[in-house]
Amino acid sequence: MEKKNDFVVRFAGEGGQGFLTAAVGFATANNQAGYHTQTFATFPSQIMGGPTWMQARISTSPVLSRGDDLDVLVTFNRENYDLHKDEVKDGGVIIYDSEAFQLEDDSKSLGVPFDRLGKSTGNPRAANMVVMGTLAGLVDMPQETLQEFNRKRFSRYGDKVVQANGKALDLGREAAKASGFRLGQLNDPVRPEYDQIMLNGNDAICLGAAAVGVEFFIGYPISPATTILVWMENNLVGSGKFAYQASSEIESITSAIGAGYAGKKAMTATAGPGFSLMSEGIGLAWMAEIPVVIAAVQRGGPATGLPTKTEQSDLLMALNPAHGDVRLPVIAPGTVEECFYAAVQAFNWAERYQGPVILLSEHALSERQQNIRKPDLSSLTVENRRVYTGGNGYQRYDGFELSPMPIPGTPGSYVANASEHDGMGDTTHLPQRHIQMTERRFSKLKLLEDGVYESDGTDSAVALMPWGGSKGPAFDAYRQLAQSGVDIGWYYTMYLNPLPPALLEELRAKELVLVPELNYLGQFSSVLRSLGVRAESITQYTGLPFKVGDLVRIVSERIGVRKGEGVAV
Amino acid sequence: MTDKNPEYDFKWCPGCGDFGVRRALEQAVERRMVETEIPIENTVVVAGIGCSGNMVHLLEGPQPYGFHGLHGRTLPVSMGVKMGNPDLNVVVVAGDGDFLSIGMEHIAPQAQRNLNVACVIMDNAVYGLTKGQSSPTAEYGMVTSSTPYGKPEDGLNALRMYLTSGVSFVASAISSKIKDLSGLIYEAMEHPGFAVVHVQSPCTTYHNTYEQLKGNARKGIAPLAWDIPDDHDPEDLGAAFEIANSGGVPLGVLLRDEGRAPFEARIEEMARSAKSKTLEQMVESYAV
Ligand SMILES: Cc1ncc(C[n+]2csc(CCOP(=O)(O)OP(=O)(O)O)c2C)c(N)n1
Ligand code: SF4
Repeated sequence: MEKKNDFVVRFAGEGGQGFLTAAVGFATANNQAGYHTQTFATFPSQIMGGPTWMQARISTSPVLSRGDDLDVLVTFNRENYDLHKDEVKDGGVIIYDSEAFQLEDDSKSLGVPFDRLGKSTGNPRAANMVVMGTLAGLVDMPQETLQEFNRKRFSRYGDKVVQANGKALDLGREAAKASGFRLGQLNDPVRPEYDQIMLNGNDAICLGAAAVGVEFFIGYPISPATTILVWMENNLVGSGKFAYQASSEIESITSAIGAGYAGKKAMTATAGPGFSLMSEGIGLAWMAEIPVVIAAVQRGGPATGLPTKTEQSDLLMALNPAHGDVRLPVIAPGTVEECFYAAVQAFNWAERYQGPVILLSEHALSERQQNIRKPDLSSLTVENRRVYTGGNGYQRYDGFELSPMPIPGTPGSYVANASEHDGMGDTTHLPQRHIQMTERRFSKLKLLEDGVYESDGTDSAVALMPWGGSKGPAFDAYRQLAQSGVDIGWYYTMYLNPLPPALLEELRAKELVLVPELNYLGQFSSVLRSLGVRAESITQYTGLPFKVGDLVRIVSERIGVRKGEGVAV
Repeated sequence: MTDKNPEYDFKWCPGCGDFGVRRALEQAVERRMVETEIPIENTVVVAGIGCSGNMVHLLEGPQPYGFHGLHGRTLPVSMGVKMGNPDLNVVVVAGDGDFLSIGMEHIAPQAQRNLNVACVIMDNAVYGLTKGQSSPTAEYGMVTSSTPYGKPEDGLNALRMYLTSGVSFVASAISSKIKDLSGLIYEAMEHPGFAVVHVQSPCTTYHNTYEQLKGNARKGIAPLAWDIPDDHDPEDLGAAFEIANSGGVPLGVLLRDEGRAPFEARIEEMARSAKSKTLEQMVESYAV
């Protein structure tokens, strides 16, 4: 049997069944063995019940997308079997608990009494380990890989648990062997030379913020941003640090701004509904020129929408979150690793231009566990605002460009003013002042044109340019298209505003820029068109990320249509 | 803004109560400078939006830092400033519309935290800046531009609301008694916790109440304002409620509860029991 480089398993059941830990555990074990892994989860917003699934992808090379089709489906009830069975590949296997329900023979299904076998080991929670053992058996994974994971993860619960789990792993493996099902052995992992960590996107944002020196965090619980608040409350403690659950998002943003004004590196995190409530506050930070970072982790839909699904429909709001002439700096990471660096750069930008920066993430990134290269903390650039150090009587807002910022407690008192103001920050309505201050605020964006971007196949007249979390599936699609001889290029940046100027210049020269994005309006392509780029969106609004196969098909179709129209591609 | 600023075009109407409040605040801030020898730049005045909030631009003498933000959001801004740097002396100035209508949602949470800021609330029972609409403290039946047939709601008893919410220092004053007011503002700044000085500050243009507050014997108008008796114990919450329920405008300190830790001390206390990690440890906790 041919060896495999890639393996996708999905666990589907009801919320609260605890099998999510099996998916993460299986990924972690393989990661420890040197494979690259990524998990993807989707669930309803209630704690218990309702259909839920989580999948893990294991690969010998870095994983960019969740995996379109399944090698194995693990299902815990009939309903989920029916829902997911069609996504199992030819030659794939469906594992189910043969004592929970019965399936007629479909030549794919492998019944294993996980629950009974698990309990027989003496650990009533060992069913997950039985499943993992069966999975290992199907792909001929060395049993030691899982046993080592078992020892590492469970030794703190005592030897008894480790022993029971070990037995459960063996029972599961034996069941796979006895069944005769085999999927082909996974190739040996190519262990990266660098150190790795495994975490989800929200944790990566938090680590990045900590690395760049966040001192003040305030937020209000909301999916999928809550885990940022919880992380900060656990870790941002000690002298000079403040992490706190506010009574609303209005309180969060205005307090964060108060702290930024008082000289702190301040941050808040929220999602759609809370982001809407922050609107007026974000305008205040822009107007009064106060550094603050707002992490907006997108969920689906307007209003309360789809709290636990993924979408990229808050881009236009991120760019223009408040009334009046504003255009916010926006950094939108596309991978877990980028979440870390996006947080670092969001703070650096906020400090550098003295204003609010939007860190635009999304549900799919927040929930995804992925192995990434361990960040080299010693090589990070950490920027701090220019601070005013003179005496009193300073004109803080003088001139058309950035100026040093006084910090309360030291000389240089001024009024940070949300109304249009003069040099001291006193309110004024004079036309020439409004002209000066408006131009001053926009001129500062020029300081942020140091974003980097990726490109490939730059000679092509057509380019694929996703943003945010659509990067992974789009890059997989790009590779497939390029390999099959399609003439197409690749561009990507997480710096959505301001866009790196050289990137914009390259994009403007293209006949067509295709933008895969998870929204109805085609938000990023409309922004690109307004900047003079011939851009067109590939949209999807299902609450789920793109599948690679869908993108390959749609891009091919679009290019075909263009060819039919006589456009040179 | 110490000198006359030709670009700044806002003026209070002649006789506006806010003039007196300004003078009282200036005196309290200057007294603090003298008595503590802490320089003026240690004080931050966080202002609401309204005629009253303009005080932050109109202060004369030594210039503190100012923050003139959004309508109704003085309290959360002041929380960020104070918790960002607990060494600062933070004073909130706002109108009754700003503080008690759009900003009402922020009062109880700050009272529970015992946020260590002093609030000076200028109550004129109307929205001055937007030209005389009714406010939460306007009485039932009061005719204003937005209540042409009389205000349909009851007037809010702000003092009772502060006590109910858990504000730990509550004082009541009128803008014309500058020396008394300045003493109360000073006490509020020194109070270790959330302090509100609620000031009757008449709007001469839309709702002139000077005569009602002070009374006019000739016209047979009894004064609304009355002094809180010397034997009132400000540590007695029940007695404070009795004063708040007595009607009129009591003058003096209703409640002074110094037994509750201010917010910054609470955070410090909790941090003491926390295991703080180094950045390297945080990264290492995700090692595979
Ligand atoms: C969000 C928002 N809503 C409405 C306004 C308009 N507005 C400005 S001041 C004000 C009321 C001011 O009344 P008050 O706080 O009592 O202050 P005063 O002018 O009486 O001193 C209103 C409604 C605003 N600036 N912002
Ligand atoms: S409108 Fe009323 S509150 Fe405003 S300045 Fe004039 S008198 Fe004062």
